[in-house]
Amino acid sequence: MAIFPPEQRIWWKQPLHGVEIAWIGICLVWALVMFFTMIVWHVIGEQNLSNEAYRILPDVYQERTEAMVAQYQVREEGNTGIPVVHPPAGTDIYMMARLWEWWPILELEKDKTYRLHLSSIDWQHGFSLQPTNINIQVHPGYEMVVTLKPNKSGEFGVVCNEYCGIGHHTMAGRIYVVE
Amino acid sequence: MAVSSLFRTCPDTGLPVHLPAQNLIRANAVAAVVALLVGGVQGLMVALTRWPDVQLLPADWFYLVLTGHGMNVLLFWIIFFEVALLYFTSAILLKSRLATPRIGWLAFGLMVVGAVLANIAVLQGDSSVMFTSYVPMRAAPHFYLGIILFAVGALIACFIFFGTLVIAREEKTYEGSIPLVTFGAMTAAIIAVFTIASGAIILIPTLLWSVGLIGNIDPVMYKVIWWAMGHSSQQINVSAHVAVWYAIAAMLLGAKPLSEKVSRMAFLMYILFLQLASAHHLLVEPGISSNWKIFNTSYALYLAVVGSMIHGLSVPGAIEAAMRRRGFTKGVFEWLRKAPWGNPAFSAMFTSLIYFGFLGGISGVVMGAEQINIIMHNTVYVPGHFHATVVAGTTLAFMGITYLVVPLIFQREIIFPRLAKWQPYIFGLGVAGISVFMMGAGTLGVARRHWDIGFTDATLPYNYPDFAFLLMALNGMAGVLAAVGGFLFIGIVVGSILFGKRRDAASVKSNPIIGIGGGTAVSSYGSEGTLKLPGTMVLVAIFFTAFFLYYWVNWKYLSEVWPLS
Ligand code: HEM
Ligand SMILES: [Cu+2]
Ligand SMILES: [Cu+2]
Repeated sequence: MAIFPPEQRIWWKQPLHGVEIAWIGICLVWALVMFFTMIVWHVIGEQNLSNEAYRILPDVYQERTEAMVAQYQVREEGNTGIPVVHPPAGTDIYMMARLWEWWPILELEKDKTYRLHLSSIDWQHGFSLQPTNINIQVHPGYEMVVTLKPNKSGEFGVVCNEYCGIGHHTMAGRIYVVE
Repeated sequence: MAVSSLFRTCPDTGLPVHLPAQNLIRANAVAAVVALLVGGVQGLMVALTRWPDVQLLPADWFYLVLTGHGMNVLLFWIIFFEVALLYFTSAILLKSRLATPRIGWLAFGLMVVGAVLANIAVLQGDSSVMFTSYVPMRAAPHFYLGIILFAVGALIACFIFFGTLVIAREEKTYEGSIPLVTFGAMTAAIIAVFTIASGAIILIPTLLWSVGLIGNIDPVMYKVIWWAMGHSSQQINVSAHVAVWYAIAAMLLGAKPLSEKVSRMAFLMYILFLQLASAHHLLVEPGISSNWKIFNTSYALYLAVVGSMIHGLSVPGAIEAAMRRRGFTKGVFEWLRKAPWGNPAFSAMFTSLIYFGFLGGISGVVMGAEQINIIMHNTVYVPGHFHATVVAGTTLAFMGITYLVVPLIFQREIIFPRLAKWQPYIFGLGVAGISVFMMGAGTLGVARRHWDIGFTDATLPYNYPDFAFLLMALNGMAGVLAAVGGFLFIGIVVGSILFGKRRDAASVKSNPIIGIGGGTAVSSYGSEGTLKLPGTMVLVAIFFTAFFLYYWVNWKYLSEVWPLS
């Protein structure tokens, strides 16, 4: 019994049950399948997280974001004062996380590719693009460069899904995708 | 047994019980239940706040209470209880004296002081940083200090456990190898040492940083080390509750592991393959390469998963074998139908097994696939998953064994046995509800740790689908059910300890704890005579099918999101 010492002192010589051997085999094969699936997806899958990341000082990142906004701003969002930026397809784009906003609003073209630089200038935040449901952790001091290709047009929300203090639930940004 | 006046003989099992060990077990178990009460009330408040039409707490209180909830239940309830289990599986099961009970009290004192200090820090309001306390968000210094003191106490308790193993061996209180349950507890204790060391490596500098002695802590490095603690502590929980499954099956049914070799190897896999699996908490962080992620999730995590899957067969297999030997051989499932479902220890154990495997295990592995994590990271899917593992799995299993610990160690009868019969089902159903509904809402993108998914105060509000709001409402209702189950448990246990009838030789006869076979094992090992186990085979076949389908469905979901690389 499991709460008493095994009766055979040499428990490692007990026979295995056939069911157990079969099950262990199945489990090991399944573990291998799951292992190779991740690798195969890097080759054939279209959704893989970028491995491109750099250390970056928050002010440098902020300057680059502001430079992009200065260059490509097309309008302001309603009366919020938040700039909407329409950068050319294929370029480097920025969406800066800070307490408590995603800045600026991006306007992208459907089926075009962009290099999105993500970083924070204060605490950690969570880039959660909805409803497509892409979630990426955003750190201060690091920038991740993700190559994105919007495959649907419309209005997308960027929710913050890493707790970032009392304004966390107000931190939402936007991406427009136009034809 | 040097001083026999320090022992009593257990009327149920005939085991000699070391009284100083018994007192320590009692103290730690009581502290655990207190933490569960505090944390459980907080959990209910959190669930009611996340129910959009109720939104019980204001935002600042929500984040404060959520920090307290994670800390009280995940750290304090679980670890106090595990310390009690360590003492139980060493001193009591090995019929030994406990090593250095005085230091045991020191450990207990440190843990209590630490827990109280951390709770004070949280309640003061400037430490609402969540129990993960990711830098550079800063908590008050005594928040970190409290957790460190608590961890030091727990570490001491692990060494008392090891010391007791040594004493038992030297004093030859048992013959041969240690029992499987003790082996499982040993696994937990070994992992705990690694865990607490990682915790110290990261939390001590963080404490120094919070008082201004260190300038900067790298947020990515913090997470890598923090999760070396955070993740392996989950493996402590799994080892501990699997040991509890075996213990309950053994005590109630005389079940033996089908093969000691397989079950022990499965425990060893936890130790060998777990340590780097913190990778699956870091799948969408910048600066960590895919190679590292794939290697560490699959080499480490998948082999630990294989360990759990093996227990997932061998625990029900042991039960089936024991029941069949007792004559419940009709059809595929007579053994399961005629199992003691009215005994809360058994029903808690078996539902814990089912929920842990089907809800917690499958969702955890799926979420831990490198790319699939992109569609789940930091959504409420994550708390959905771990309420299935650590609440429906660990907590429910611990509740089950408490129904045995109260009569055996506190020597009290369970009051309200009728209510106790229902308690595991109520709690289990509630927790299954919160798990499933949060996972559902997470699939729709709902963020975790979020006060207002309606974005009333946001400049650029986002509208989650209506169905997500419905799911969060259902989550609130299931939370109420879970809370009712939890409070019933606490009420029954505290009531029994305070007012239960004293258990004596007579009650052992009229109401035996040790199961239908009087605790005698039914064979010398579980698979003796190569018993056929069709019921268990059907169960694992259903499990594997569910796993298989759910895994591929999620790759399908992933393939529909914006291409990214
Ligand atoms: C009455 C029973 C319980 C209810 C109703 C409940 C409900 C919840 C809810 C709704 C959340 C918040 C999810 C979010 O907003 O991100 C949560 C978080 C959490 N719960 Fe529970 N829970 C219960 C019991 C437990 C137990 C027993 C444990 C551990 C053993 C536990 C561990 C946690 C942890 C670790 C978190 C995460 C905290 C964080 O994100 O920092 N819960 N719970
Ligand atoms: Cu944020
Ligand atoms: Cu946030």
